[in-house]
Amino acid sequence: MKNEVQIQEVNPKSLKGRREFLKISGIAAAGTGLILTGCSLDDYIPDPNSQAGQLPGKRNGVFDLGGLDFGVLTYAYALEQLEADFYTRVVNANGFASTFNSTEQQVLVDLYKHEVIHRKIFKKILKAALPNPNRQLLPDLAFNYGSLNFSNRDQVLATSKALEDTGVGAYNGAGRLLSNPDYLLLAGKIVSVEARHASAIRSLINPDSKDFAGDDIVNSSTGLDVKMNPSEVLPIAGGFITTAFTAQFLP
Amino acid sequence: MNVLKFLEPFTNENLMNSKGSRRDSFSQFGQIGKNAALAAVPFGLAALTSTKASAADIGPTPATPIGALQLALTLEYLEKEFYIMGLESGVIPIGGRDEKVFMQISAHETDHVAYLIAGLGGTGSPNFVAKPTFDFTVGGAFDPFNATGIGQAAAYAQFLALAQAFEDTGVRAYKGQAGNLISAPDLLTAALQIHSVEARHASEVRRLRGLKGWITNNERGAGMPVETQAVYDGEQVTTQAGFNTAGSGLFGAAAGSEAYDEPLTTAQTVTIANLFIV
Repeated sequence: MKNEVQIQEVNPKSLKGRREFLKISGIAAAGTGLILTGCSLDDYIPDPNSQAGQLPGKRNGVFDLGGLDFGVLTYAYALEQLEADFYTRVVNANGFASTFNSTEQQVLVDLYKHEVIHRKIFKKILKAALPNPNRQLLPDLAFNYGSLNFSNRDQVLATSKALEDTGVGAYNGAGRLLSNPDYLLLAGKIVSVEARHASAIRSLINPDSKDFAGDDIVNSSTGLDVKMNPSEVLPIAGGFITTAFTAQFLP
Repeated sequence: MNVLKFLEPFTNENLMNSKGSRRDSFSQFGQIGKNAALAAVPFGLAALTSTKASAADIGPTPATPIGALQLALTLEYLEKEFYIMGLESGVIPIGGRDEKVFMQISAHETDHVAYLIAGLGGTGSPNFVAKPTFDFTVGGAFDPFNATGIGQAAAYAQFLALAQAFEDTGVRAYKGQAGNLISAPDLLTAALQIHSVEARHASEVRRLRGLKGWITNNERGAGMPVETQAVYDGEQVTTQAGFNTAGSGLFGAAAGSEAYDEPLTTAQTVTIANLFIV
């Protein structure tokens, strides 16, 4: 008796031919992921604990971020989409040049550029690596910031601080979930930049202080920065994201 | 959380033989690694004819989780001592932002030393590495503590420059060890959590010095001595995972290079550290 494939939208029986089948089976990093009950495509059932069984994509009509390496990359891509969208609105808001002094403008414009770059590169990486990006690439998310006034310096800086600190915590918590050392290095290259951002924003908010790396974010006994699981990050970030999504394969 | 308890499984002899080291094959970093400018870093030693290799120089640490922590600890010893000496020297202006910043940084580096010593199993552990002897004057090239009387302002400028170099080195050095830690998730996570703190430090020190908090191309920045260029070489890359971070639709090489920090290899890190070890 065949096992039921629980995941309709990524039903491997819909794999379009040998190329897609081989692309999935080529995901070696997290295990073979193949349970073949026969020699035909119809019998392909992905190991639910493997990458092939935890691909990003719609499940019951809602996009799931997926698990393992692709899940982590998709999660990071979602967070970078949020940051890029936020800073795009900040630098394009009415009165940007009067809300912020020139130093602050330079910082915020740089943050805008960096996050847009991060977003674009994650999209390219995922498009190239996913077996079927048409179904598995996270779509462009929609965002809503509620009553946040993008022309209010305090509100913008406070939100920026939250986003950057959350980004640091997210990357720090996600590193261990990656098995491909290339992806780990990439995440490492980004998290330090997010931490530089967070420090700069905190310093803009309260320059004559230790807030750049304050005791509220860096543990005052160990000197260690925040780390968060996806399940801790996503409720925070998700507050700004109106597109429905799930993350059932991420801790 | 009891630090010692969760680190305990990783602090025994087995880790020295960890199969994790097998991951460190030549193609480990694949496409990304090829594009990180790991080759041909002009070793800072060449610029300092007065510095000769000392018998006390550290050697490269093993490509293992324990090796990664040992290298990290050496850098943290360096930073801890540098900041304590700086705070005691009187060169840091008191009562304002600078003092608050360096007191916080100093506290963190001291915490990091303690954390990493515990992570290695304590001072009695075979994995423990002792603090080297440091010379922050680099054989008299610098006077960051106003010990020779160059004056508080001049000394403080040097102190700030060295602080920036140390913090930016720390970020890159920890990043370069991530691959050695991939087999030890708890240690990897802790290393990431220290690495991001160093990045917060680096950003603030750079901004105190009037620079951006992030590294543009391979620029060491105004007022940074040429000896520190080794800390910044390689940071100019604009290719990540084979994709152009300065490509069309984006913002050019400066922003593309700023958006990602680059690793230093163990060998590169050791070379930089040895400049200050006697």
